[in-house]
Amino acid sequence: MAHITIDGQIVPFEAGQTVMEAAMAAGVYIPHLCHHPDFTPHGSCRQCTVTLKNGWNITACTARAAEGQEISNNTEELNLVRKRLTQMLFVEGNHFCPACEKTGNCQLQGVAYHLNMMSNHYPQFYALRDLDATHPDILLDRNRCIFCNLCVRASHAEGKDVFAIAGRGINKHLVVNSESGKLIDSELTADDRAANICPTGALLVKGKAFQAPIGQRLYDHHDIDEITLGGRHGG
Amino acid sequence: MESFIDETLKKYQHQTTPLLMVLRDVQAQYFHIPKQAVELIAKGLDIPRTQIVAVVEFYHFFSFEPRGRYDIFLSDSITDQMLGKKALADYLCTKLQSPIGTVRADGVVSIDNTACTGLCDQGPALLVNGYAIGQLSEQRIDRIVAMIEQNRPVTEWDSDLFEVYDNIQQPGLLLNTKLPRGAALTAAWQRGLTETLDDIKASGLRGRGGAGFTTAMKWASCRATEETERYVVCNADEGEPGTFKDRVLLNSYTHDIFEGMTICAAILGAHKGFVYLRGEYLHLFNKLNAVLEERRAAGLLGDNILGYGWKFDIEIRLGAGSYVCGESSALLESLEGKMGIPRNRPPSSIIKGYLAKPTVLNNVETFVAAAHIAWQGSEWFASCGTEKSKGTKILSICGDCERPGIYEYPFGTTLKEVLKDCGASDVLGVQVGGPSGTFVSTRESDGRLTFEELSTGGAFIIFNHSRNIFDIVQNFTHFFAEESCGFCTPCRVGTSLLKKQFDKIHSGHGSAGDIKELRDIAKLIKDTSHCGLGQSAAEPILTTLERYPNLYERQIKQQYSFDPVFDLDGSLAVARKMSGRDDGHAHLTQVENK
Amino acid sequence: MAAKLKLATTSLAGCFGCHMSFLDIDERIMQLVELVEFDRSPLTDIKNCSPCDIGLIEGGVCNADNVHVLREFRNNCRILVAVGACAINGGLPAMRNSIPLEDCLRESYVNCIGIENPQIPNDPELPLLLNQVHPIHEVVRIDYSLPGCPPSADVFWKFLTDLIEGHEPSLDYDLVYYD
Ligand SMILES: Cc1cc2nc3c(=O)[nH]c(=O)nc-3n(C[C@H](O)[C@H](O)[C@H](O)COP(=O)(O)O)c2cc1C
Ligand code: SF4
Ligand code: SF4
Ligand code: SF4
Ligand code: FES
Ligand code: FES
Repeated sequence: MAHITIDGQIVPFEAGQTVMEAAMAAGVYIPHLCHHPDFTPHGSCRQCTVTLKNGWNITACTARAAEGQEISNNTEELNLVRKRLTQMLFVEGNHFCPACEKTGNCQLQGVAYHLNMMSNHYPQFYALRDLDATHPDILLDRNRCIFCNLCVRASHAEGKDVFAIAGRGINKHLVVNSESGKLIDSELTADDRAANICPTGALLVKGKAFQAPIGQRLYDHHDIDEITLGGRHGG
Repeated sequence: MESFIDETLKKYQHQTTPLLMVLRDVQAQYFHIPKQAVELIAKGLDIPRTQIVAVVEFYHFFSFEPRGRYDIFLSDSITDQMLGKKALADYLCTKLQSPIGTVRADGVVSIDNTACTGLCDQGPALLVNGYAIGQLSEQRIDRIVAMIEQNRPVTEWDSDLFEVYDNIQQPGLLLNTKLPRGAALTAAWQRGLTETLDDIKASGLRGRGGAGFTTAMKWASCRATEETERYVVCNADEGEPGTFKDRVLLNSYTHDIFEGMTICAAILGAHKGFVYLRGEYLHLFNKLNAVLEERRAAGLLGDNILGYGWKFDIEIRLGAGSYVCGESSALLESLEGKMGIPRNRPPSSIIKGYLAKPTVLNNVETFVAAAHIAWQGSEWFASCGTEKSKGTKILSICGDCERPGIYEYPFGTTLKEVLKDCGASDVLGVQVGGPSGTFVSTRESDGRLTFEELSTGGAFIIFNHSRNIFDIVQNFTHFFAEESCGFCTPCRVGTSLLKKQFDKIHSGHGSAGDIKELRDIAKLIKDTSHCGLGQSAAEPILTTLERYPNLYERQIKQQYSFDPVFDLDGSLAVARKMSGRDDGHAHLTQVENK
Repeated sequence: MAAKLKLATTSLAGCFGCHMSFLDIDERIMQLVELVEFDRSPLTDIKNCSPCDIGLIEGGVCNADNVHVLREFRNNCRILVAVGACAINGGLPAMRNSIPLEDCLRESYVNCIGIENPQIPNDPELPLLLNQVHPIHEVVRIDYSLPGCPPSADVFWKFLTDLIEGHEPSLDYDLVYYD
């Protein structure tokens, strides 16, 4: 069978598979945030950046596996790059974990813990972002959105197109498909995949927070690599 | 409004792909995009309103907030600044009593900055309701202001204000040769299409838009795709600050471009082509359409071109202010009526391009060269240039020199020769390839213009010793942060961080660790960004850090181990004002007096 | 045994939660005082910092006084540590950052219901507020950060004992969390 190697480990792949798919199937964790096995790759968070033997970086979620590829993944250098990218997300938005309903079960935290991120490193942006609590069952707190596009993709797949990411550059923001721009006037319902897929606390189904006590939350004692490979991601 | 939207949608046959064209018309009519228009367009085209909202917020020239009836954008490229943009902007703002970034209270004027408008050789420049006015001076501004205060519609302003000169200073192989109408098509027909493709291959022609991909290879791969509905797209986005050579080709070598596109279409079997024209070149739009009409009438476009049985036509689509749309896949997204966000590869646009159909996309100059090669043969073309870089390159020269304008050189020409020809003296350095290119110092003036050595899409900005490298780097760094599409983390967040970090050093607040941090952010953006914009956004900093390390070191306050990232005393101003205090404890020094 | 390390601590715009959590090391504090000597700290009531090995800072920077205290610590401590969410990213106090300071002050001292003598305090003894709350690394150089709101007693223990033993401090997976 065709194979690539990741950090020296032989990883078989089928034609058409991405590096990420091949890695996951072989039990190799590559950090990621915008990737989700059920949706077309997006390639925006850059968390899954890996390095080819010729020194080129590729994103594992979008790049196809190719025979003989020798890939570095879990290296000190790449993990520093990933930590910096994660820190960028933390300073760009307003992540006050102690006050967040998602805390303990948040993939952004999970990745940050995995990378042993101890501080935000960069100066905070303290951007002004809107919160939308109009919907009886769903909360949208844009302070915590990392533009992974998963809600957009999920809602599109559901034929509702409730979300889009609008604007450019640092002024990007999530917009809602309703005349008022508010969630309550959109077609979103709490059982939509789109309402449940957010890796962070930006989109939350109300009434579900703080159910697991501290110590029993997803990432309290289990590294995200273990959770992901075990298929236990939230969303 | 309903009838206006209805008419507009009809004008574009209720297609979704020309959404930018629709919105341009709406913006021109109402001086903003009314929310009601969003609803009507969404209904009329049966697309989610979020697509329209996203597009409006993405492009510089659309706005949900009402703009002035005279909507002015000042070109803020480094070359405009070197020609005195700032003082003239102040003059304009004072005369109109409308500061930059605002709409005047009576709703008559609004003034804002925008990136390079492609008039670098005849700046400073501005756009008024989309139309470019160059060679700004106090006298010209007085005339502009007078017409605004008299409420004269822009269409009735003195036409000399809008004159844009070609400014061809030194023509070469291509610019010197007049291509007779249809000559390239006839030659290609006579030679055979496969043979013509072979000839383009033999000529060694590589893309003129910057990346230098072999043109014939692109065409051949596209031709070999299974899908038979194919497209030809001409990249006339020319957004790289300091580049204006496509403007001249579009203006005066229009037939050559269309002829090149038509040959490409014939080779591919494509029936439809587009020119994606940057919004800033609105002044060329009618002219291009007139030439298309002329060609249709002459049988050079249409259902049976010159009786050869070729079927092909071209449509001009305008952008709306976004540099990243020059990137090929972002351009295709934009052409489909979306935000200009670069796509993931694979698949390449050769296989899945416009509407997911095989597409050849080339720069304006590439199509011109292809037409000339089809007509005059590969040897004629390959007779000049170097082994790996055949033919000539058209440069847009601007900045500190006596004769800015268009120059055509065989590849392999040295920097030194170019500088001599355009009358540059006391040269500090040259930005070859624009902000995304390289800052080259005079020590490197033996360097040759080729794809391998000093590659440029056409930009060639000269700086003399009166210029401050930090001002230049700052302008470029801000430009990238402004133009980042925001799709990927390192470029979206990183370019803003880089801007802050650079400004900190530039404003004299850098301390010991700040240069390392600057370099680290720069490298991260370069190494991990999704597209060419992010990958080159840090080049101005990286190339100057490498060439002028001392300059940066000198800018740093070595005696301090740290300087806060924000203005401490400024941050107390509100509390001072509200409490009415101004005592010693009501102030903070930025760094400690030891 | 080498000379005792000197340790100073303070709380800026924080809730003293981090200090409380530090005290949760319980009886291990007896071991700790064998190894370190406390300088300026709410635990000792020493008012000014003298040269120290380690300074622990809880809380972010919200006013002019915070800046002075932070500088005093930076000038005196060989190793300066950001302790807790507030010191690291402003924490909950920084949630005021989305509201203009002018509105905050007006709401608290002028418009609020039940105010007797509406007036913005102007006593020179009171430190003026900064427009926004900032993490401490934006004001001085920081050597280490200990996340958590608050970091657990074990985090303090592990970090300090690592330093005391002369290792590069490191926290295991279970000790790193942000809430
Ligand atoms: C951010 C960015 C902007 C670009 N802008 C332009 C442009 O304005 N015009 C252009 O021809 N190519 C531009 N390019 C290069 C195009 O992506 C593409 O390579 C080129 O148009 C292909 O045509 P060619 O092979 O004829 O050069 C840009 C690339 C990037 C990454
Ligand atoms: S979304 Fe995640 S990282 Fe952000 S505040 Fe909530 S828990 Fe923290
Ligand atoms: S709301 Fe959540 S799922 Fe949607 S883009 Fe933001 S982070 Fe991703
Ligand atoms: S590098 Fe910049 S411009 Fe390119 S995709 Fe990323 S954010 Fe967009
Ligand atoms: S997971 Fe690959 S880029 Fe986000
Ligand atoms: S004071 Fe300790 S985390 Fe806020």
